[in-house]
Amino acid sequence: MNPFQPIGRAVLALLAEIGRVALFLKDGLAQGLSPTYYIRQILEQMWRIGYNSLPVVGLTAFFTGGALALQIYLGSSRFNAEGLVASIVALGITRELGPVLAGLMVAGRVGASIAAELGTMRVTEQIDALVTLSTNPFKYLVGPRLIAAVVTLPILVAIGDTIGIMGGYIVGTRSLGFNSYAYIKNTADFLEVDDVTSGLIKAAVFGFIIAVMGCYHGFNSKGGAQGVGRATTNAVVSAAILILAANFALTNLLFSE
Amino acid sequence: MADGHIILQDLRKSFNSKHVLNGINLSVPKGHSLVVIGGSGTGKSVMLKCILGILHADSGSIQIGGEEITGLKGKARDEFLRRFGMLFQGGALFDSLPVWENVAFGLTHGRNVPRAKAKDIAIEKLSQVGLTAEVAKLYPAELSGGMQKRVGLARAIAADPEIIFFDEPTTGLDPIMADIINKLIVDCVKRLGATTISITHDMASARKIADDIAMIHKGEIIWQGPAKTIDYSDNPYVDQFIHGRGTGPIQMEVLKA
Ligand SMILES: Nc1ncnc2c1ncn2[C@@H]1O[C@H](COP(=O)(O)OP(=O)(O)OP(=O)(O)O)[C@@H](O)[C@H]1O
Ligand SMILES: [Mg+2]
Repeated sequence: MNPFQPIGRAVLALLAEIGRVALFLKDGLAQGLSPTYYIRQILEQMWRIGYNSLPVVGLTAFFTGGALALQIYLGSSRFNAEGLVASIVALGITRELGPVLAGLMVAGRVGASIAAELGTMRVTEQIDALVTLSTNPFKYLVGPRLIAAVVTLPILVAIGDTIGIMGGYIVGTRSLGFNSYAYIKNTADFLEVDDVTSGLIKAAVFGFIIAVMGCYHGFNSKGGAQGVGRATTNAVVSAAILILAANFALTNLLFSE
Repeated sequence: MADGHIILQDLRKSFNSKHVLNGINLSVPKGHSLVVIGGSGTGKSVMLKCILGILHADSGSIQIGGEEITGLKGKARDEFLRRFGMLFQGGALFDSLPVWENVAFGLTHGRNVPRAKAKDIAIEKLSQVGLTAEVAKLYPAELSGGMQKRVGLARAIAADPEIIFFDEPTTGLDPIMADIINKLIVDCVKRLGATTISITHDMASARKIADDIAMIHKGEIIWQGPAKTIDYSDNPYVDQFIHGRGTGPIQMEVLKA
């Protein structure tokens, strides 16, 4: 057997999958985002994607901010640069960890639930039923999830950023002995608007990725409970990988000047 | 154009190498009730889904009121589907919505009827299928199988469509309720002038609701005629089916002990 055969096959399968996602995206954007919006659906999805993710994102940000402060303190104390703790925590959270960790957590929570819900609707013919009730499933199901994810993820990340910096502050002032006023001033002086906005742009892109992967895998699931399970796993894994890849690309792009 | 005359010509559909529809020819005049009978897995549900465009036929022609509908897309297709009602074999109720919103869905989403008015219509339709206003508030998962079937029926007829497809309307109902549903279907045809295609295995029900009966076997219509003549069809396949004999020209693929 030719050893390159499996590799070739995998590459072809990947290309075919990318093509299918592209086609899905075309329909999702063209039909899902065209006028006559289902406002109820959009608000419900914002509630479910955004509001319900707050605890997860908040806790993640809080502990990460705290751990970051400890680590940076340990590292910087080796060359007497403890004064940097506040500003590096703020930078690390707003630029990288805030959006990436929130993206990953939401991918696990929301990407999975979108894929499971739409997948179940697919295998129980609910999506077909929508069509027969002259309701476009892209408009009714995909559009609202895309809009909600792209809008709420930056909001989630903004809140997460705040909580993360607060986590750093609490650790810094309670156990590392920083002066409260100095810590806050340090954070405020160093942090620039760009640091925050770049993180929020990332968050919007991640939200888009999560919704697209959830909807795509859900829509294309087949074969009952097992198929829905597979769709859910694929949605989470693909969203997580794409988020990390997009994060790298965006970091390059946003900070290249 | 607004004429519900359905004509299928040489309709074919395969899944991979499995030929399900092998050239269906069928004609249902406007305001007539056709019942399609045939063994399990012979392609009855697939035929209805092809007409609705949920599945894409490989070849053949589907005409409604003289208009070819196989290639319809976008707005034209939505417009066309507004004339249809469909009861899915598995119900396909939206499990995230209460019963009344299920029934009203085609009104509130497909036709922009105000919610309060749509709710009144939904409750009225539910009462026609023997369900009380209390049931309207429940979710599909809280209903018995037969109740779900009746909600599906109410949803199919809610918008008074011109053309209605019933995929096994009385399966899973007790004989009394089955008779009420039979009467309801007859009523839809007589009172609303709807054109209907019903699929059933229940010969008593077929005799009650059919103007014409067609029998499908191995993806082809092997007999079609007025319901009264089915007992004198001189067709051994039809005879075996309507008398439910285990032996005859139709070989069930079961392991013979
Ligand atoms: N989406 C699909 N993919 C692959 N095969 C399918 C699909 N849908 C139906 N089939 C096949 O097509 C055949 C006909 O299915 P269909 O659902 O039309 O049967 P039916 O006549 O409605 O039977 P029943 O009376 O049991 O409902 C079956 O053998 C089934 O395996
Ligand atoms: Mg069927």
